[in-house]
Amino acid sequence: MSNMRFPPWAIWAMLAGLAGFAAMIAASVRHNRGVRRSLFAYPYGLWMVVFTIIPLLLIGYYAFTNKAGQFTLDNFKTFWDSNYEMNKQLIELGMDPQTLGSARGTVNVDTLVYSLWMAFLCTAICLFVGYPAALFMADREFKLGSTLVILFIIPMWMNFLLRTIAWMSLLEDNGLINTILSAIGLPRMQLMYNSQAVLLGMVYNYLPFMVFPIYNALAKQDGKLSEAAMDLGASPMLTFWRVTMPLSLPGVISGITMVFMPSVTTFFIPRVLGGGNTEMFGDLIERTFLSADNWNVGSALSLIMMILILMSLTLLRKVDPEGEGGSTI
Amino acid sequence: MEERPQLIKLEDVSKEYDGTVVLSDINLYIRKNEFVTLLGPSGCGKTTTLRIIGGFERATTGRVLFDGEDITDLPPYKRRVNTVFQKYALFPHLNVFENIAFGLKVAKRPKDEIKARVEKMLSLVNLKGYGKRSVESLSGGQQQRIAIARALVNEPEVLLLDEPLGALDLKLRQEMQLELKRMQQRLGITFIFVTHDQEEALTMSDIIVVMRGGYIQQIGTPKDVYDEPKSAFVANFIGESNIIRGTMVKDFLVNFCGANFPCVDKGFGEDVPVDVLIRPEDVQLVEEGQGMLKGTVRSVLFKGVHYEMIIDTGEFSFKVHSTAMQPEGAAVGLSIIPFNIHIMRPMQVDAFEEEEAEE
Repeated sequence: MSNMRFPPWAIWAMLAGLAGFAAMIAASVRHNRGVRRSLFAYPYGLWMVVFTIIPLLLIGYYAFTNKAGQFTLDNFKTFWDSNYEMNKQLIELGMDPQTLGSARGTVNVDTLVYSLWMAFLCTAICLFVGYPAALFMADREFKLGSTLVILFIIPMWMNFLLRTIAWMSLLEDNGLINTILSAIGLPRMQLMYNSQAVLLGMVYNYLPFMVFPIYNALAKQDGKLSEAAMDLGASPMLTFWRVTMPLSLPGVISGITMVFMPSVTTFFIPRVLGGGNTEMFGDLIERTFLSADNWNVGSALSLIMMILILMSLTLLRKVDPEGEGGSTI
Repeated sequence: MEERPQLIKLEDVSKEYDGTVVLSDINLYIRKNEFVTLLGPSGCGKTTTLRIIGGFERATTGRVLFDGEDITDLPPYKRRVNTVFQKYALFPHLNVFENIAFGLKVAKRPKDEIKARVEKMLSLVNLKGYGKRSVESLSGGQQQRIAIARALVNEPEVLLLDEPLGALDLKLRQEMQLELKRMQQRLGITFIFVTHDQEEALTMSDIIVVMRGGYIQQIGTPKDVYDEPKSAFVANFIGESNIIRGTMVKDFLVNFCGANFPCVDKGFGEDVPVDVLIRPEDVQLVEEGQGMLKGTVRSVLFKGVHYEMIIDTGEFSFKVHSTAMQPEGAAVGLSIIPFNIHIMRPMQVDAFEEEEAEE
């Protein structure tokens, strides 16, 4: 790896995470039998064709053609090697790129891996923070549960750009937190322009997408089921692992998918809260389309992203075809 | 009958929810191997009582004893009781076998023992070969039997049943009543059964606890509560009844509907107002002019086994069950033998009763 934006074991951690997710889906399919498909899905299918399939075909067209409209795979080669176009021109001019010191440019691949890594971290944090929160919210004994639900919903009424900018005014060098720190005599801290700040912004924005599907799955669970488990001798802990948790898995899978998908395509947040080294794939695509005005490479990058997302969508629809998890949002 | 030891004892148990009293001064003991039914209208506290025994609710005051041991604060998973829930509460993510095996797995029994015991249970509830089925594919009656098997497989000392037959149709319910009673006798387990169905209670129970408004009204054998109800409420709730306000003239003589009747009750004092209970099947219809009262048939309903007639004596409309029909408008005489006249202390008319009358 050319730079240290993610640790060398990031890929292994993500693979382990993916394996865990697959195990969860397998468990959920085993635990939640008799999932049926509904006729009501068909209007949605039509919507998909008009607004998803056709744009997809257009992106496919751009991705596999060059500026002259001829078929080419160069755009994907550019994804793999960001210097590909330049080196090709050098060769055409009769020069050897290697002797000129022009190696493979890994910025695109690195940005993708970095985005996946950030999305993975964001999803993991959201899961570990969101599940207990959902558990509290769904607990009928816990009187503040419904208040908590509202507290989670209210920030979502605001635009996410606004929420992100609000974080900026908190974390800035002269922001609220640093002002307070210096007021009580503590040294000011560099809170912004790093990966952690980007991660914070992402978790803050996407947490509700994790909490609500899990909350829904937990809240509609029959309270008698955990009573039955305890009646049969299971301690509260065992009741959770044997009954409550397995039955909430569809919600967890919805939550993971609904956080991971927007996380991996995150843009704007890195630009506002991150520094120069925190560009994510969403920003890269935007930059390729708009700043570099290269629709062909941009489309190729989008297509790669889209394949990743479609894969997780397919998984989601396999597990939760009625989209029950996301119905509150 | 030999004296069986007391297994469960409730001492002065009461329960409040946010200041609303739902159970007051419940004192109750349940002997080993008894089939005890908590009977009463909805909201009488019978389910709350059951949930206190099961450990799902904590009594606000009072104690719960199990085999002489105080279990008031013991959580449900440490109690030697198992529950059959109202809507079964089967685990939807587990198949039939896994549902029944749940308690044994939690208790970490060896695998082959679990298998043997679950299979035995499946054949006990006539569902052999259903182990691999998903619980949602089963009918209500089958789910019911799985719920019973899931509880019984743990060999509890006490089985709590919360209106377990409520969701079944009449025919199935009657079959299950007999089946449950058979199981209880065969396995020698104490059953505590909650129902609002008086017929069910009379059919199955050794002891019936009649409850109302959070109080126990009467505890007794089915025969006791039917023949010797302690109050007009119990009389009305269990079986059909004519309850007439009357006066106890002296021991063995009661006055109602303007006539004196010899009876078998004593000890109420002289000239004391009382409630008189006469079951519809205990009123004999005789020729006009004979008997103690005379009246006119107001309506006749055919009920299958018998006719139900409303006979107006001018002071009271008697409900009469008889296999011999008298046509509407006929003038008849009414005769009641002393043994069938049951005297009760009059009930205090409170707001609660009026509320119920409206229902």
